[in-house]
Amino acid sequence: MTAQELLDTLSSRFGSAILESKLDVNQPWIKIDGNRAREICLFLRNEPSTRFDYLMCLSGVDYNDGTLGVVYHCSSMEHKHKIVLKAICSKDNPHCQSVSAVWGTANWHEREAFDMFGIIFDGHPDLRRILLPDDWEGHPLRKDYKVQEFYRGIRVPY
Amino acid sequence: MDQPKALPTNYVTQPDKIATSKGKTVRTEEMIINMGPQHPSTHGVLRLEIIVDGEIIVDAIPHIGYLHRCFEKHAEHMTNYQQVIPYADRMDYVASMNNDWAFALAIERMMKIEVPERVEYIRVIMAELQRIASHLVALGTYGIDAGAFTPFLYCFRDREEILDLFEMTCGARLLYNYIWVGGVSHDLPQGFIEQAKEFCTYFKPKIKEFNDLLTYNEIFIKRTAHVGVLPRDVAINYACSGPMLRGSGVHWDLRRDDPYSVYHKFEWEVQTGKGEVGTVGDCWDRHIVRVREMEQSVKIIEQALASIPEGNVQSAIPKRIRPEPGDIYVRTETPRGELGFYVISDGSGSPYRVKARGPAFVNLSVLPEISRGAMIADLTLIVGSVDIVLGEVDR
Amino acid sequence: MGILDLRLEKSNVVVTSLDNLLNWARLSSLWQMQFGLACCAIEMMAASASNFDIMRFGVIPRATPRQTDVMIVAGTVTIKMASRIKRLYDQMAEPRYVLSMGSCSNCGGPYWEHGYHVLKGVDRVIPVDVYIPGCPPRPEALLEGIMKLQEKVRQESIAKKSA
Repeated sequence: MTAQELLDTLSSRFGSAILESKLDVNQPWIKIDGNRAREICLFLRNEPSTRFDYLMCLSGVDYNDGTLGVVYHCSSMEHKHKIVLKAICSKDNPHCQSVSAVWGTANWHEREAFDMFGIIFDGHPDLRRILLPDDWEGHPLRKDYKVQEFYRGIRVPY
Repeated sequence: MDQPKALPTNYVTQPDKIATSKGKTVRTEEMIINMGPQHPSTHGVLRLEIIVDGEIIVDAIPHIGYLHRCFEKHAEHMTNYQQVIPYADRMDYVASMNNDWAFALAIERMMKIEVPERVEYIRVIMAELQRIASHLVALGTYGIDAGAFTPFLYCFRDREEILDLFEMTCGARLLYNYIWVGGVSHDLPQGFIEQAKEFCTYFKPKIKEFNDLLTYNEIFIKRTAHVGVLPRDVAINYACSGPMLRGSGVHWDLRRDDPYSVYHKFEWEVQTGKGEVGTVGDCWDRHIVRVREMEQSVKIIEQALASIPEGNVQSAIPKRIRPEPGDIYVRTETPRGELGFYVISDGSGSPYRVKARGPAFVNLSVLPEISRGAMIADLTLIVGSVDIVLGEVDR
Repeated sequence: MGILDLRLEKSNVVVTSLDNLLNWARLSSLWQMQFGLACCAIEMMAASASNFDIMRFGVIPRATPRQTDVMIVAGTVTIKMASRIKRLYDQMAEPRYVLSMGSCSNCGGPYWEHGYHVLKGVDRVIPVDVYIPGCPPRPEALLEGIMKLQEKVRQESIAKKSA
């Protein structure tokens, strides 16, 4: 299935939740509304013509203009096609719907995005920090992150 | 598929009553036991919180982050894309040639660089040698987990031969910084091809020796068959890759199904688990997939050594790496599974965002699913069969 | 053995030979705690395999800190792990020694600049006796580090209070 056909299928079904797209690059991407991520991804996984059953990667991004993003890289083992979905949320109110009910692997990826960027995934069963200690201050991969001086008496910078 | 409910962090053990044969009731309680982060058999700094009912595991929750070394933050601050490659080395430190290659491939695809064919052949030879070395570490330490110390010594003896080859080429034994964007750092030295051919001839009977020692040993089979069964649909839903996925019977190998480089020129087969001594997808299947992958790697190396073309390995290395603004996700098959790099470039000389999708991170998330109902002694072997390297889990 | 309990102010012949005997016994069987954290752990494992064979120096890996003499901190120490290292060090019985292997545990290594979660040197939480540089150090470098530690043990005396 080509990227244009996929975009047509999604637009006809979800209408206003599909925001923008760029299909003429090496890896075409479709921007979706983060608050409807779960139903879009569930459709993509279950629909026989698309069958995106393998979530390759879920990353958080800080676009440095007041917004954070979540990028989903999905692929299908049956049809061997791939698609990139992007969801944007603002830095002051970073909420996105969780897709951990669709793909089990999204559980840990979303926890990492929360840990590094502070994006809150609504509907996630267990959203807490995964890589850093639970009482760490700040979200390190944000562009405006300042390292804390001391953590429990241990000096953090060099 | 319904998501199993994760236990909340303030879980309180519930007392239960069972009836004994004499008609009296005995009160039992579930225990929470902590394994790690310092533990002889967790393969690194992994902490497992196990909730047990007697000896049977009710739930096993991995806690990671004890080796989080901020790879993604370092990548954003490097002044040059080539400077990220030593940090990528140190992610999966047992298989660092494959890490270098994945990152270099991402930048090359973004900049549409064509590398010379000799470079492709050299990369394939190095990656397959590294695959054998990585599997030797995995299998040797798996033997120690099961209680057999001798296979470890045999595996490391053979691994030293491979490390001699690497040291001959680029000077380092473990972390190479060898595969650069657009080429490799040094050409193959004189005598490398002969020594590599000798290694292939030396190594083939060693696999049979290893199988006689460990794989078909009755005690090992009793400990690993029917243990830690990973069903096929769970494996795909949890995005497992590498021997974890192929051990469950899924014919999926990125070298064949999402091809890159010159793998299509060689004849080799994808190995899957068939449940020969137990169930499909148990620990023994993952083990035998790794052993058989080593045999296939030797085949690939021999074919590559026989037909490697001449050329200049440094001709395509760009003087200045400044990709167009955009993003790309590239995945390669490392010994542990699918290693992916998602790179966003903003047109300057240093990366804007690099996300490393480590296969061990994703494979480890399936651990609670496959260890319910096992005993604590089985958990050691299940964790060993996932073959994690904490540098990749925590990055 | 009452003679060991006496705190002799001046060393004499008896104490000197006893020193030599005890030090020789201690340095010939430095049991190490299996504490591989990261890449240096693989080189430590290669050092205990048959090509380099650390066991001929008397160094046997033990899993529990209570039975060991030396803790080889091999690999990067992160801030999450630092409190656990301190706890493990406290559980070791004296005389105990710490060998810092690799540049990550010496000073933070390649992660010193932007590593917000990396402890810049394990000597910020525990005292270190020998530093082995390298990234990762070769197994021969680890063996030389053990030999340097053995020289350090050889200089000790029961008449003087150890560090």
